[in-house]
Amino acid sequence: MYPFEYIAPATVEATLDVLARHRDDAKVLAGGQSLVPLLNYRLARPRLVVDVNGLPLDGVGVADGRLRIGALTRHATLEESAELARECPLLREAAGLIGNVRVRTLGTLGGSLAHGDPAAELPAAMVALDARLGVAGPGGRRTIAAGDFFTGYLTTALGPDELLIDVEIPAARDSGWAVEELSRRAGDFAIVLVVALVRLDARGRVDEARIAFGGVGPTPVRADAAEDLLRGAEPTAERLARAADAARDALEPQGDAFVSAAYRRLLAGVLGRRALTRAVARAVERR
Amino acid sequence: MRVHLTINGRRRDVDVEPHRTLLDVLRDTLGVFDVKEGCGEGVCGACTVLLDGRPVSSCLVLAPAAATRPITTVRGLEDDGELHPLQQAFLRHGAVQCGFCTPGMLLTAVAFLARHPGADREALRHAIEGNLCRCTGYSKILDALEDYARSPR
Repeated sequence: MYPFEYIAPATVEATLDVLARHRDDAKVLAGGQSLVPLLNYRLARPRLVVDVNGLPLDGVGVADGRLRIGALTRHATLEESAELARECPLLREAAGLIGNVRVRTLGTLGGSLAHGDPAAELPAAMVALDARLGVAGPGGRRTIAAGDFFTGYLTTALGPDELLIDVEIPAARDSGWAVEELSRRAGDFAIVLVVALVRLDARGRVDEARIAFGGVGPTPVRADAAEDLLRGAEPTAERLARAADAARDALEPQGDAFVSAAYRRLLAGVLGRRALTRAVARAVERR
Repeated sequence: MRVHLTINGRRRDVDVEPHRTLLDVLRDTLGVFDVKEGCGEGVCGACTVLLDGRPVSSCLVLAPAAATRPITTVRGLEDDGELHPLQQAFLRHGAVQCGFCTPGMLLTAVAFLARHPGADREALRHAIEGNLCRCTGYSKILDALEDYARSPR
């Protein structure tokens, strides 16, 4: 690791002040489960590391049908929170798939989102959940829709002088959910991952479907074509398979050293169908 | 900078540079060699310690960030010179070969079983999936974990 200066501000205001002064020379340290490996490998070389773990930004709350989760909430908390199990079990399932248990002890929701790895679980989950990300900066607070937050590979709409504060998610109590992913080894980033949410109406037709893929491009991708195919339809096995095929056909995944683009595309279709099938089964239970 | 670390209940004051990891400081500054360095990227589990009772990769924690929080290494599992019952189960089942993964394996399992007492073999398999062992094939480790999880306490 290259040497750096270290500061651990006690308030959001003090943190913003430091970020405003040091901008791109500073790097925010939350759980450190992405940043510290980059530092260990000397891939990142910040002059200043701003440790935000002392800020009061953790915790899960529900108000007015919206779930509010602080940026410093650990993955382990997402996994264990009784409130989330009730209000948004999708997040609990997604968090349980992250890395290994040590990553989940320290890793944070805000850190994962600000890092913006397109194959990570939480960015795709936020896109599927239509989350709104609360950001503090020199000009005050602003909110960014999850779909606009991820702008490229490891790149987000967050400015160098801004800090992610919290995430707001419309409650999805009546929706079925599923997260499907395939990785080469336990704990690896997914080759492809799918997050699906399905709500059924009183007649058992699809009222709303929301599907997001990870690992298939520089950012998480919403499957609009598949969602359109499902809306208002009876969720038969054939219809779900058609929707998964439509989702797959709209993707433009890349190959890498381990898997070809064609394999990724194939996998997206298979995992998409599995995720929709499981989400519908749960939606039936929750209707 | 001056940092207070609490290791196995004992407070140690050390001068650290902020870019040193907890693993660096434990091994290189304090000679706590029961913590092993493996991959350096949080994947292998050899450097596992418990921070506030939960497993972390000490290679992915900056030393200043660990200040004042209780740190448990495998040595901290002993009670008055007596091995922890899980350590004794590892001995009974021959769950140790080269021993490099063993400290991390033990700490991960102790933390997991404290939260999930009586977990079954499948749950135990998942619990240690982040701790790589290249010798045992995991069977004897799981035998030991299962034995300990089933034993009345």
